[in-house]
Amino acid sequence: MRTRPAARAGQYAALLAYLLFLAFPLLWLLSTAFKSPRELGSLHPTWIPRHPTLANFRQAFDEQPLLHAALNSLLAALGAAVVAVLIATPMAYVTARRRGPLARAASGWVVVSQAFPFVLLVIPLFLVLKNLRLIDSLAGLVMVYVVWALPFALWMLTGYVRAVPVELEEAAAVDGAGRLRTLVSVTAPLLAPGIAATALFAFVTAWNEFFFALVLLKSPGNQTLPVVLTHFIGAEGVADLGPLAAAALLATLPSLAVFALVQRRITGGLITGAVKS
Amino acid sequence: MASVAEAGRARRVRRASGRAAGPGAWFLVLPALIPILVLSVGPLLYGILLAFTDAQSGRTTPTAWTGVLNFRDLLHDTLFWESFRIGLVWAVGVTVPQFLLALGLALLLDQDLRLRWLARALAIVPWAMPEVVVGIMWRLVYNPDAGILNETLRDLGLGAGRDWLSGLATALPAVIVVGVWAGMPQTTVALLAGLQNTPRELHEAAAVDGAGAWRRFRTVTWPALRPVALAITALNLIWNFNSFALVYVLTNGGPGGRTRLPMLFAYEEAFRYGQFGYAAAMGCVMVAVISVLLAVFLAGRLRGGEDA
Repeated sequence: MRTRPAARAGQYAALLAYLLFLAFPLLWLLSTAFKSPRELGSLHPTWIPRHPTLANFRQAFDEQPLLHAALNSLLAALGAAVVAVLIATPMAYVTARRRGPLARAASGWVVVSQAFPFVLLVIPLFLVLKNLRLIDSLAGLVMVYVVWALPFALWMLTGYVRAVPVELEEAAAVDGAGRLRTLVSVTAPLLAPGIAATALFAFVTAWNEFFFALVLLKSPGNQTLPVVLTHFIGAEGVADLGPLAAAALLATLPSLAVFALVQRRITGGLITGAVKS
Repeated sequence: MASVAEAGRARRVRRASGRAAGPGAWFLVLPALIPILVLSVGPLLYGILLAFTDAQSGRTTPTAWTGVLNFRDLLHDTLFWESFRIGLVWAVGVTVPQFLLALGLALLLDQDLRLRWLARALAIVPWAMPEVVVGIMWRLVYNPDAGILNETLRDLGLGAGRDWLSGLATALPAVIVVGVWAGMPQTTVALLAGLQNTPRELHEAAAVDGAGAWRRFRTVTWPALRPVALAITALNLIWNFNSFALVYVLTNGGPGGRTRLPMLFAYEEAFRYGQFGYAAAMGCVMVAVISVLLAVFLAGRLRGGEDA
């Protein structure tokens, strides 16, 4: 379609404004992380650090147990992703392939679960986990994250299963393959990319999660990265800006890498879910 | 990715297949169903029960039923209703500009523009960032002395710097801007995907018929986009009303409670003052309001005659 030059110029101006709005906090985070304490104290902050330094990163690791927290986050996120996908995939298969009360209940569940104020969930969970002696433990947190990731995992996976033509399964059946055989050698390979995308989505969600981790983990040795990051901000809101920026930057890299890998698939999964539910 | 057409076909042939049916299906469903019931539905119901007790953090079980006492107290708790009002202002204040900006952006990115790839690549970042990091990052931007916002304003000759997050008048607008920033990419990407489901031929046919840009949007683009737009707006309203981490990091509800969202209020009540029953009652009120919001949106969705 042809567009008039004036309209074109307007479009580019809008795009540029958006890029600026999007980029300027990110660039500032980057800039702050590499500034020396002297520059951070300057009354006229500059975009480009005059004496770029890695000292903030070193100081961040000295001040807080970042490495340990990252390990905790990794364990919680991996656990959540693996378990969520293992238990969601079979259920998604059933809800995608048959209509009925179960499928309706599952999609209703997805919608309802989005509406929970977590406080209504976290208080009883706190009591339940306390009684099970799973409070202040990564195992307890993983259990919560699994259930928390399940609705979206189900939503995405159901879409992916529907994308696998039933005819392929029927052809395998005609060829004499049993149900299990069909699932393993026909359906599973076609579903694999979708399963991987769902697992990575669950991973990022758990890696970024803050509220449950804040409430359920008390001892410093068990805390995840987002919780430990808030320790850089003192009780009076006073923060050591350099190390704070450095630690925040590091905490983002893993989820960013994962997200860049599968963003397209996640979007697709969310959209098919949204349109069809 | 499943297209709508594929889904329709899958539905048609499903009757013929029926292979996943039968009692075997339960074995596939139980591994997910049990954790959902035990760790989600169960606690939720328990949470509603707790709202009618004097549950406190010190004990593992509530000692007494208090009936509607918590709710009666809540009714007279002006601080709670203030936080409730702030929650609504925040949810609408973030969702509406976010939607309008995202819509404009999605339409823009649907065009054949040169820097489109950069916009799409950048858009991933806020989406993937932990909310805590988004909060920290904007604290650095808003910092009265070492932040870039005040420095830029000074450079532009727009007066002296402010402490945006501690000002009684500026705190809520300041956190709303962060909320818009943080959620816009996700909304944009959702709308963009919705746009790309619109058949190109319809646009071209409308253009041939001499329809201007606005008429093309109203008659072709919007009807196709409407289901996605409504779904994402409803979800955004709910997510924003329930949000916690972003504002916890930015202001922790301050100054003087000006940004104390309902979740922050309930969190303090439960985990600082140990009033589990009272906080659970707050949760119940929030669920009720959200249900009304959802119902209004779903009604709107049905009125439009779309297949829901």
